[in-house]
Amino acid sequence: MTVPATTSTSPVPVRSLQTRRRYGDRTFRLAMLGAAGVVVLVLLAMVVFLVAESWPALAHYGPLSFLGSDRWAPSDATAASTRPNPYGIVQFIYGTVLTSVIGLLIAVPMSVGIALFITGIAPAWLRRPLSYLVDLLASIPSVVFGFWGIFALIPALQPVVSFLIATLGKVPVIGGVFAGPFFGLSYFTAGIVLAIMVLPIVTALCREIFATTPADEREAALALGMTRWEMLRTAVLPRSRAGIMGAAILGLGRAFGETIAVTMVIGNNVLSITKSIFSTGATMASVIANEFTEAVEPFHLDSLFVVAMWLLFISLIVNIVGKLWVRRIRGDLVW
Amino acid sequence: MTVFLAALVAVAVAVLAWVLTYVAAQGLKYLGPAFFTHTPPGNPASYGGGYANGIVGSLIIVGLATLISVPFGVAAAVAIVEYGGRFTAAVSFITDVLVGVPTIVTGAFIYVIWVTHFGFSGLAGSFALALVMLPLVIRATAEMLRLVPVHLREASAALGVSRARTIVSVVLPSARAGITTGVFLAVARAMGETAPLLLTALGNQEFMQLHPTQRMSTLSLQIFTDAITGFQAAQARAWAGALTLIIIVLLFAIGARVIGRRTSVTRS
Repeated sequence: MTVPATTSTSPVPVRSLQTRRRYGDRTFRLAMLGAAGVVVLVLLAMVVFLVAESWPALAHYGPLSFLGSDRWAPSDATAASTRPNPYGIVQFIYGTVLTSVIGLLIAVPMSVGIALFITGIAPAWLRRPLSYLVDLLASIPSVVFGFWGIFALIPALQPVVSFLIATLGKVPVIGGVFAGPFFGLSYFTAGIVLAIMVLPIVTALCREIFATTPADEREAALALGMTRWEMLRTAVLPRSRAGIMGAAILGLGRAFGETIAVTMVIGNNVLSITKSIFSTGATMASVIANEFTEAVEPFHLDSLFVVAMWLLFISLIVNIVGKLWVRRIRGDLVW
Repeated sequence: MTVFLAALVAVAVAVLAWVLTYVAAQGLKYLGPAFFTHTPPGNPASYGGGYANGIVGSLIIVGLATLISVPFGVAAAVAIVEYGGRFTAAVSFITDVLVGVPTIVTGAFIYVIWVTHFGFSGLAGSFALALVMLPLVIRATAEMLRLVPVHLREASAALGVSRARTIVSVVLPSARAGITTGVFLAVARAMGETAPLLLTALGNQEFMQLHPTQRMSTLSLQIFTDAITGFQAAQARAWAGALTLIIIVLLFAIGARVIGRRTSVTRS
């Protein structure tokens, strides 16, 4: 937008001022758009360079052979042999999905409840402090959660898990999923830590979604003599269902990528998929963090890049789906 | 039902309190002035020493990451809000996607484009953290710029001020407090990051390293390394480090709130 300056009260001749301004304006605009372009470039470069870096392994073993095995045994790898692929990654994908699902099964219902309480039930003076406290949970570093998980959470989980093993573990068909023994480091422990870590994010999203329900409908519900809970159940929850789904997807994206805390409490068992959620495992992120600086076997580092590539692809898909979903229901969202 | 919902909130707050008090209790056993002035002992199994090199490393690496990410982030946000169009709409979307990229993948990316050529270094760590911070800075800034009233821009234009000048002298200053809040939150996030640094800065338990072209330790890396050793002495240091890290992060997070409250343009 150029504004013609017709008055000549300026000490500088109007014409030169205008051309200088036009030139300056254009340079400025280009600089800003250039910075925006960096963002696009970064994402493209990530995809290109991760694929390129994992290419040697993909070419050597065949791109799909990584998805055909759940055994990751770098010591089996030799420079020449191509089959069987010693770098199976199915167990990592399984571990990532399982821990994230455990985390979300706990975090999403809690988040919905907390967000309902904060937006609909808590007295006005309490809303800000409560939101603030829950947000604070998000600022605790991952490495601290992991450390705390090992020394504080695991001992506390022990009796709970013993109870689950003794009860659910005895149920015929699903018993194996809850089978013992439990030594602390496990998918389940990682899932609990993830639940705590995604809780503030999902809660913040839910809070925003609930805040968008029209006030007149809430008031109408209350005017009909409903309790506050009935009001939330009939006026707020039904129209927020899609939004909660979106929040859950974005929380899932977050859980997929969580690395250090999970690495510290999952046990890093890379050898196979284990059926019980109380046994040790590994995730895509945890195997990278755990082995990256010690990857000395043939194609070991390249294969870790294959894991990184899949992790990038999966989290891109989850985040794009989540973002589009949330956008579809309510314009642009903050988180 | 109301009581049930209140109980859920209580559980979340109790977990927060549990983590904070546990870390504080463990950390205070070891935390002392020497922790901030000494480097770890050569043998991780022996007591004594501190995380001076990690604390300094964190400050240098996060400081550099901030210097890199803030100009780019603010400029990109200006492009998104002030020069809207299809390209910047796409940038806005990609920014949101970038927030969801696992930070370990960001670390792997920097490893490929930097570390394979120049080796592990504090600078590589800064690049990785800058990429972690960038989308956060963009989003916070864009959100704030959108809150700057249009009439301010119009008033500036009516005075014959150019678009660029308007943005630099009118729009950005009125959003300054909000942008600072966003930057503080991004710094808090970067301070706690460990995964991308494992692949870039690598860590350095031995001595104080001030030169960013060399491999460097950070507070988070030292906590991670010491926490998973079996040595009680190392774990004692790690708890003190965890407490220090939480305090630093909370200072930034709370600082962000304080600045945010004084902002001239307010969130609706």
